Amino acid sequence: MQIKDLIIDDRQGGVFRIHRSSMTSAELFQREREQIFDRCWIYLGHESEVENRGDYRRRVIAGRPLFFARGRDGQVRVFLNTCPHRGALICRRDEGSAEVLQCFYHAWTFNTNGELVGVPADDAYGPGWNRSELGLKQPPRVESYRGFIFVSFNPYVEDLVSYLADAREYLDLIVDQAEDGMRVVPGSNKYTMKANWKLLVENSLDGYHLVPTHQTYLDYISSLGTDDTGESMASRLPGRARALGNGHCVIETAARNGRPIAHWHPLYGEEAREPMARVRQRLVEKYGEERTYRMADVSRNLIIYPNLVINDIMAITIRYFEPMAPDHMEVTAWHLVPREESDAMLATRLDSFLTFLGPGGFATPDDVEALESCQIGFRATENEWSDISRGMLNPGPLSTDELQMRGFWRQWHANMQGLTHTDVQDGPVPDAEPALALATDD
Amino acid sequence: MTTANSPTLREQVEDFLFREAEFLDDWHLDDWVGLFTEDGRYVVPTTDLPDGDPQRDLVFIDDDIVRLRARAVRLNSRHAHREYPWSRTRRFVSNVRVEENGNGELSVTSNVLVYRFRSGEGAPYVGSVNYVLRRNGDGFKIAHRRAVLDLEALSWHGAVSIIF
Repeated sequence: MQIKDLIIDDRQGGVFRIHRSSMTSAELFQREREQIFDRCWIYLGHESEVENRGDYRRRVIAGRPLFFARGRDGQVRVFLNTCPHRGALICRRDEGSAEVLQCFYHAWTFNTNGELVGVPADDAYGPGWNRSELGLKQPPRVESYRGFIFVSFNPYVEDLVSYLADAREYLDLIVDQAEDGMRVVPGSNKYTMKANWKLLVENSLDGYHLVPTHQTYLDYISSLGTDDTGESMASRLPGRARALGNGHCVIETAARNGRPIAHWHPLYGEEAREPMARVRQRLVEKYGEERTYRMADVSRNLIIYPNLVINDIMAITIRYFEPMAPDHMEVTAWHLVPREESDAMLATRLDSFLTFLGPGGFATPDDVEALESCQIGFRATENEWSDISRGMLNPGPLSTDELQMRGFWRQWHANMQGLTHTDVQDGPVPDAEPALALATDD
Repeated sequence: MTTANSPTLREQVEDFLFREAEFLDDWHLDDWVGLFTEDGRYVVPTTDLPDGDPQRDLVFIDDDIVRLRARAVRLNSRHAHREYPWSRTRRFVSNVRVEENGNGELSVTSNVLVYRFRSGEGAPYVGSVNYVLRRNGDGFKIAHRRAVLDLEALSWHGAVSIIF
């Protein structure tokens, strides 16, 4: 099958189908690595994770072992986690703090700026051997936006802000909620799904699945004395969906059970009412009523293409997933909170997070089950297509429609054909600009 | 304070833990929740922060009695999809250590291995489960249960969908 035929996109008839080999084929998986993960901006981590000079964190990003560290000059740098000498891992703990990092193999030593500062018995090297060339290597491109650090292995990738396209506004809506910036809370959720990574993209912004899949969560919330029974959830869900360009997409829904920043709800307790009203006042003064409404009262599930999800719902979660094989991904999720919040409000947020989110929550385990179930279902290869057509002819797409998935898949399809940009919207393809060819070194 | 290594006390505690394991393996979750005090708590920290404090750090589970009962309701329903149909589990509880706190409570540490089988796959949850027990007539009640996984990540199960 040709790559161009992997998606049926009938914008007049309102039919959108994905060929399931896109989620099972080893060949296409390898092509994704080359066309997407080696070329896009990929999320690495948050600046607050390396708060102090010398702090470092280790990650595997797009298959590469990396770490990032705050140097002695206060700058955050990202390094390939491999000794320039012979290859061993330099950073062998997931996190820590150090003045220098020493390779255990031959004891070459680097400072947190990446410079090679120690080589045992270096008198054995000749005059052409230059220590300054043997510092820790960095990924070709590193940029951060408001604390979120991204890397790219494509030297020719567009700048990060351009890449974020209209998703940038949604990151602002999240970060601007905090007065003193956001920080990642200690502790992360690390779990594996035996499913294709793109299924988690779909699932992370799928308003349609909430009521059938997460009935037990809705029942629990309802049992606490809220009005969010499944039926009322379904009736409030419409919200809206947007494709934000470059594969980024979002769904937005008005919150009924409160939002931890400034939309109080009895679940948070009476003592939280007054402090949250004060936060709201601050937001209104700074940003006006309309923007405050979007920050405080509207939840959003955001995908930053290709593999970062930020859900600003009953808590803010950063969810990164690393594809390991066509049917295997490793997920890490963190919890993002405003720095200035009181201990009591932090405890409320943490509690709010746990109920729904995470592998011990009342919802996430059932998403894991759903995705793994799909992946097993794909083995029945005679059923070749998955359908993502909901709301395709709806001029005002809802969160229970599937524009937000089509926007992702259209970008994926363009990238897989070697194109960087495409029209991701449902409307008729504008006959003006042809898609731009990717600028690469090959 | 006396350190109670007396076999009698440890045997009593072990009998209690063995009965708890039986409730869980048999999916008698209401009976299991009944072992907790009204102010009881069940905590599972994340794999990367075993000392995590639910008040400050992200943990997997931090249930008070209300959420604990809701967890049992959820798992007893047919809509906890990760556990419907139920997985088969078998628990091995060992290395039980008991200390008296002095205020009538017992601090108990145990090593726990739970094999979980479902959908053609089987894998272990391994770790320690630490309790604060209160005497209740001839038996005990659980005031605090903290289950600490030794796993580096939830690589096999993708979730803590059973009670660990």
